[in-house]
Amino acid sequence: MTERSIKDNEIGELELLSFKVGEQEYSVDIMLVREIRGWTRATPLPHSEQYVRGVINLRGAVLPIIDLACRLGLGATQTTERNVIIVVQIHDQSIGLLVDAVSDIISIPRNELQTPPEIATDASNSFVQALTVVEGRMLRVIDLDAVYPTREGHAA
Amino acid sequence: MSDPMAEIRASFFIECEELLEALQDGLTAMDGGDDDAETINICFRAVHSMKGGAGAFGLEQLVRFAHRYETVMDEVRAGRLSPDRDAMMLFFRAADVLSDIVRASRDGTEVDQSETEAVLTQLESLAGGALDEEEEEEVTDFQPMTLSFDLDSPPAPTEDTPWTIRFTPHKALFASGNEPQHLLRALSALGEAETVCEQDRIPTLDALDPEDALLSWTITLDSTKSESEIREVFDFVDGICDLEVSGGGGGGGGFALPALDDIPSTIDDGAPAEEAPAPNIAASPPRITLSAPTDETMASDSAAPAPSSAAAPATAPATPTPATPTPVTPTPDAAPAKVETSKPAKPSGQAGGQATASQSKATVRVDLDRIDRLVNLVGELVINQAMLSQSVQEADIPSNSPVSQGLEEFMQLTRDIQDSVMMIRAQPVKSLFQRMSRIVREASAAVNKRTRLVTEGEATEVDKTVIERLADPLTHMIRNAVDHGLESSADRVAAGKSEEGTVTLTAVHRSGRVVIEVSDDGGGINRPKVREIAESKGLIAEGISLSDSEIDNLLFLPGFSTAKEVSDLSGRGVGMDVVRSAIQELGGRISITSEPGVGTCFSISLPLTLAVLDGMVVRSGGETMVVPLGSIVETLSLQDNEIRSVGPGANVLHIRNSFVPLLDLAVALGFREPLESYDGSVVLLITQEDGTRSALVVDSIEEQRQVVIKGLQESYGHVPGIAAATILGDGQVALILDPVDLMSTVAGKKPGAGPSLELAG
Repeated sequence: MTERSIKDNEIGELELLSFKVGEQEYSVDIMLVREIRGWTRATPLPHSEQYVRGVINLRGAVLPIIDLACRLGLGATQTTERNVIIVVQIHDQSIGLLVDAVSDIISIPRNELQTPPEIATDASNSFVQALTVVEGRMLRVIDLDAVYPTREGHAA
Repeated sequence: MSDPMAEIRASFFIECEELLEALQDGLTAMDGGDDDAETINICFRAVHSMKGGAGAFGLEQLVRFAHRYETVMDEVRAGRLSPDRDAMMLFFRAADVLSDIVRASRDGTEVDQSETEAVLTQLESLAGGALDEEEEEEVTDFQPMTLSFDLDSPPAPTEDTPWTIRFTPHKALFASGNEPQHLLRALSALGEAETVCEQDRIPTLDALDPEDALLSWTITLDSTKSESEIREVFDFVDGICDLEVSGGGGGGGGFALPALDDIPSTIDDGAPAEEAPAPNIAASPPRITLSAPTDETMASDSAAPAPSSAAAPATAPATPTPATPTPVTPTPDAAPAKVETSKPAKPSGQAGGQATASQSKATVRVDLDRIDRLVNLVGELVINQAMLSQSVQEADIPSNSPVSQGLEEFMQLTRDIQDSVMMIRAQPVKSLFQRMSRIVREASAAVNKRTRLVTEGEATEVDKTVIERLADPLTHMIRNAVDHGLESSADRVAAGKSEEGTVTLTAVHRSGRVVIEVSDDGGGINRPKVREIAESKGLIAEGISLSDSEIDNLLFLPGFSTAKEVSDLSGRGVGMDVVRSAIQELGGRISITSEPGVGTCFSISLPLTLAVLDGMVVRSGGETMVVPLGSIVETLSLQDNEIRSVGPGANVLHIRNSFVPLLDLAVALGFREPLESYDGSVVLLITQEDGTRSALVVDSIEEQRQVVIKGLQESYGHVPGIAAATILGDGQVALILDPVDLMSTVAGKKPGAGPSLELAG
C-alpha cells in the first residue's frame, strides 16, 4: 500500500512525516498517518513479540502499539511523557507506532527517492523502502508492511 | 441488471424467506391437526406469492415448482384432497425444495434436479387427475359455457341477490405468473358461481397480439360472503387487473368499474352516459345489468354499494370500450389509483382472513451495519460514563450534590439504552428452529426412522450473531439425536414406546442466559459401550473408575464416535468435541444428561449477547484483567498450607479433600516470575465445561461489572489465553481472559478454540 500510494501521486511531490527513532531519522508517507498523540501507558499483551508494547484505547478502539525502535533493532524505547504515538493505517487497520519525537513535514519530489543500496548489514535496512536526502541529512522512508507483525504469527 | 432492479430483487428474496417461514408455520400447524381452512390458505398464499414474484423476475424454475405445489395445495384448500401423513411429509419436503430453489435462484446456483423432479412427480401423483383436469379446463373454460347457463338460474330466490363480479386481467397479471383460473376457482369455492368469458376484445387473427390480455370474465356468484371476502380472492392481483364487485346484499346489480385512468376528463360532462352502454357487454347474460343500455341513474345507483367509488360511474367507459386493447394495458396512472380504490376492502379482508395478523407487527428492515454501529456507539457511551463517574469520584464531590445525582440518573439511562440496543440485535430463535425441523426430516429419512420434532420457546430472543453461529452445532446435535439418540423403530416398539421418535428442541431464558436443549426419547447413552470405545481408542486408561456423568462427558472427547458403522449422516469425523468448542467460542457451555431407556438431553447455555459480558475485574502482576463471571465458581483467599507441590513449578490447591491445579495468572501470562509465597493471595476457582476445575491466583479482586467486549482479533490477532479486550472506567484497556484456553495453553495442550476463531475484520 505504501508503495502504491507513493507511485500514485501524480503531482510528483511526496509529503513525508519525519520523526526520530533513537538517533536516526525516519519518515512515513503522510497520507497513511491518521493522527499523532502523546504517549499513554499501553496494556501489555501476554506472549507477544518484544516490539509489541501492548494495546491502548483509541476512542473506544483497541489499538496495538509497535515500539519502532525495538522493531528496527535499536533497543526498546524508554518511554517518557514526551514520546509520541503515530497512528498509521495499513491494510484497513490502524496501528500505533511508538517513536521518540515527530520532527517535520517534508515535501520532496518523487524522483529524488532512491532505493536503498543492497547492504544487508543493518537489521533496520529491511524496513526501509527508500532513501532521500533533505538538507544534507539522510531520510529513510519506512516500509510499514515490513514493520507490522505478520498475522500468521499470531493466528494461534 | 440495473441497481434498482437488484434492490427489488433482493427484497423479493427477503420476502420469500418470510413467506417460506409462514409456509413452514402453516404446514406445522396442519401437521399438528389444525385443518382450519385459513391455515391452508396461508400456505397456499405463501406459495402463490412466491410464484407471483418469481414470475416477475423470470425465475422459471421457481415459478414452475411453485405452480405445481400451489395446484396441489389448491386441491386441499378446495377440500378435494385431505392430506394424510404422507401427503404432509411431501408438503414439507416440497417446502424444503422450494426454499432450496429460492436460495439457488438468489445465489445463482443450481439445485439438485433429481430431488426437485422427484418431489414434483409425487406432487403430481398426489394431485391425481387434478392437474389434467386443469389443463382441459383451461381450454374448455371459455367457449361452451358462455351464454348457456344464465337464464336457467334466474336470480335465485335466496335472501341475497347474487354478486356480480367483473374481472378483467391486465397483461401484467399474466406476466407475473398469475392464473385467472385459480382466481375463478377460488371464487366458485365461495358459493355457486356462473362464469362467463367475454371474448369480444379479441381482434381478428392478423391483429392479435398473443401476449395481450384480451379476455375478461363476468361471474355471477350466489354467496353469502361479504364484498371484502370476495375481493380478498383477488388480493394477489390487486393493481394488475380491473375488478368490479357489485350486487350482493344491497341488491344493486350495478357496476363499479375501477379503471380510473380517465376520471378527471370525463367526470363532469355527459360522456359517461353516452359511452356507458358498452356494446360488447350486451352480449353477456341478461342477469348482468350492465348489458342493458344504462343511463346515468343506473350508473349512480350502482355507485352506492361499491365503497370508495364515488367516481366510479365516470370510469365506466374505460374498460368496456371494446375496439382497442389499449385500455387494458395498465398505465402508470392506473396503478396508484387502483390501490386507492381497493383499500377499503383490503384491510377488512385481511383481518377476517389471516390468523397471522396478530404476528405481523410493524417492523423495519435495517442494515445490520447500522445496528452494529449503534451498538458500538452505545458501548462507547458506557465506557465514557464509567470514566465520568470515576472522575466525579476522584474529585471528592459529595454524593448528595446535584452532580452526583445527575450522574446516577445518567448511569441508569445508559444502562437502559444499552439494554434496548442489545434488544435490537436480538432475534427469536424461531428461524433457527425451523431450519432444524428440516434437518430432522432429512436425517430421519436417511436412517429410516420416524421422527417428530417438537419445538418449544420459539419466541425466545437471542443475539443475531449467536443464532447464526449456533446453526452448525445445533444441526450436528439434531443429527446425532436422530441417528444415535433414537432407537430404530423396531427397537422402540420392542421397548414399548411409540414407533415415532421424538426430538425436542426448547429454548428458554434462564438467569440472564438462554438455555437451548436438544433432547430425545431414545435409549439414552449406553455407558458401558461408551466406556469400552473410549478405552479401545486409548482415550482413557482401562479400568479407571468413572462416574456416570464423567462417562457421558467422554462423548465430548476429540475422536470419539459411538456409531458402529459410519452412516452418511453423522460420523463424518466431526464429533461432539467440535460442537463443544463451537459453543465455547460463543461463551456458552454444554452439558449432557442421560437416562437409560428414557432419553438423552444436551443442554446449551449461552450468553444473550456477544457484545457485553459480566466479568470480575482483578489485578494480577500489576495489570488489570477481566475474568468472565460465568466461569468462576468460587473465590477464596489462599493460605500457604493449602498449597501442595507436585513437582517443580507445579502446584495444586488442596480444597475440601480434592486437589485442583493451581496457576498464577501473572506467571501464566508472563508478567512476572512465580512468587515465594502466595499467602493471602486470592484464588478464583474456575470450572470448565467438562467439570474439571482449576485454581487461578490473582493479587486482588477489584469489582464485578459488565464490560463491553472489544475484539482483539481484528486489531491484533489471537492471543493465547485471552478472549478479548475491554475498556475500563479509567480509559485503560483491560484484557478479558479465556480461562479454558489459558488452562489448555499452560497445560501444553493445543489451544482448542484458537485457530478456528474467525477473524471478525
